[in-house]
Amino acid sequence: MSPDNIGPQALIAVRDLRKTYDMGGEQVHALAGVTLQIERGDFVAVMGPSGSGKSTFMNLVGCLDRPTSGEYLLDGIAVSSLSRDERAEVRNRKIGFVFQGFNLLARTSARENVELPLAYAGVKAAERFKRATVALEHVGLASRAGHHPNQMSGGQQQRVAIARALVTNAPLILADEPTGNLDSKTSEEVMELLCRMNAERGVTIVLVTHEPDIAEFAARVIAFRDGKVEVDRRNEHRRGAPARERASTEVRP
Amino acid sequence: MNFLALLWVALRALSRHRMRALLTALGIIIGVGAFITMVAIGRGATKKVNAQIASMGSNMLVVFGGSSQSAGVRGGSGSSGNLTDGDVEAIRKHCDAVRAAAPVVSSNAQVMWSGANWSTSITGTTPDYLTIRDWKVERGSSFGARDVDTANKVCVIGQTVVEQLFGAEEPLGQTLRVRSITCEVIGVLAKKGQNQMGQDQDDTILMPINTVRRKLFNAGPSGASRLANTQTTVITTGTTAAAAPTAAGSSGLDRVQRIMLSAQSAADTKRAAQQTQELLRQRKNTSEGDPADPTVRDLTEFAEAAQEATRTMTLLLAGIAAVSLIVGGIGIMNIMLVSVTERTREIGIRMAIGAKGHHILLQFLFEAMLLTIAGGFIGMAIGTMAAQAFAKQMDWPVELGAASYTIGFSFSTVVGLLFGFYPAWRASRLDPIDALRYE
Repeated sequence: MSPDNIGPQALIAVRDLRKTYDMGGEQVHALAGVTLQIERGDFVAVMGPSGSGKSTFMNLVGCLDRPTSGEYLLDGIAVSSLSRDERAEVRNRKIGFVFQGFNLLARTSARENVELPLAYAGVKAAERFKRATVALEHVGLASRAGHHPNQMSGGQQQRVAIARALVTNAPLILADEPTGNLDSKTSEEVMELLCRMNAERGVTIVLVTHEPDIAEFAARVIAFRDGKVEVDRRNEHRRGAPARERASTEVRP
Repeated sequence: MNFLALLWVALRALSRHRMRALLTALGIIIGVGAFITMVAIGRGATKKVNAQIASMGSNMLVVFGGSSQSAGVRGGSGSSGNLTDGDVEAIRKHCDAVRAAAPVVSSNAQVMWSGANWSTSITGTTPDYLTIRDWKVERGSSFGARDVDTANKVCVIGQTVVEQLFGAEEPLGQTLRVRSITCEVIGVLAKKGQNQMGQDQDDTILMPINTVRRKLFNAGPSGASRLANTQTTVITTGTTAAAAPTAAGSSGLDRVQRIMLSAQSAADTKRAAQQTQELLRQRKNTSEGDPADPTVRDLTEFAEAAQEATRTMTLLLAGIAAVSLIVGGIGIMNIMLVSVTERTREIGIRMAIGAKGHHILLQFLFEAMLLTIAGGFIGMAIGTMAAQAFAKQMDWPVELGAASYTIGFSFSTVVGLLFGFYPAWRASRLDPIDALRYE
């Protein structure tokens, strides 16, 4: 597929995306021209050593940062040109974040954590309550709705974070090393949960990891090196639940 | 996020650091409390001064005659004794800014009743005097115009005289002896208290002016038959001094020592003074600077000076309170900056999941304002209690007005808004990536 063929069918479409930092007069190209597409419903693992540009890529995809140059369409929206507040709104509507450190609000119940993105979306309290309860049921934590993060295990906290990512029905979940702080058994549970959400709800998942066995859960693996895409392949031997059939997409820069 | 949700978030954040919140709000509590107390005390002082002014009389002016000069010795103002009943009549007739005018002659005299005796001031005047001084007769009645005309030997006595002469006895209907004349008590004056100079205004006896001029002065210890001569032996209160016996034309029986006036309204006192001065200059054929030129004193000027002093005091006290409010505000800003730094990660999370700049800004601004408004209310309560305690301990009138509560409340709100804004704005401008990475 040619890079010019950026179409509405792709959830994420980036073309020649660049991010340059000025480190004491020296130009550092954290991202040196990346072009790729991620289809709706795909499950993508982003890999690479530190300094490869994968974090920069994730920050740009997550609308937390703006590229130095290049184009980025998220669900058809040209995100690069948006203001701070407009990007906040895109994050709220289109993206659910799952972080390595869970990043739940301390001393705040699981349900309130899950409700938070809805509050910023202006959803009324009663509706928030209902949707947060449903989201917590989906991750199997309905009984823990009133617990605070410090009363829950790491795996439970990460499931609350996943519920928070799902609750807005965003089409994209960005998971940044979601299993980095978890033991292997809990890691597998979390990955299986993500696979299930991907399969059942069709939510697109982009996962950053440096662990190959975690990447094995993904349907597609993209590896970065020196600010460019080094490998982009479909995963033939997926673990966990298989994603739905979709057109194979091999994009090389 | 709506108002209530933001309020809830702010309340929760504050409740996590109760001690810190209390200490932070303390600056505002003290500031508002001090403001309420100080203003109450200041306004109490104003009220006290106003009451004293009111006790003097309403919009009162006093006319003194010119001074005299005899063989190079100059008397004080009023010593020429050139004011007469005719002047009083003329003022009544021609000065439209004057509401009432009363002639006054006064003297100190020994009074006796049933074995008790007391030295007090005797004021000879007309019934208008009571109107001008805004003085009520508590029991009995005042003398009337007929008593003045016929020089009836009646009197109205002040509370101090009642106490000193009669004690618990009923003075009404009793006959007093004043110097060598006898005089029936027909009324008792209401209590008036001290004037601004600390003089006891209740230590006095009022009599019809003609009674004093014709009967009392003539019956003086010197036995002189003329007022002018008598006056030299009379120790008078105020600025009226002994006059040289230079009565111009008249018999001296129509002479008055001073004239009390009351203006139509507080705004008219200046005009009344001017009209009276001009009229008297015309009648006496004097000009400014002449020794014989009568003097008109506007007593409201004293009142204004006193009011000005208390107003300055109130402003000063309020100023001190305002400074402590500003110091309190800086404390709020300091703690809010610390709080923003501590919660950088929380801000990052909120931003990542969709909080816009104004959401973060309002969240922290609400927190600061909640602190100052709560502090303001606590301060108002404490300030009120402090003012009441002060009133009780120091026997000082305090006045707590709705205005100072309104100002106290708005002040604390504005301080929160002003000093909470910068930390909140800093929070709202954080970079979400940096904020999320913050440990």
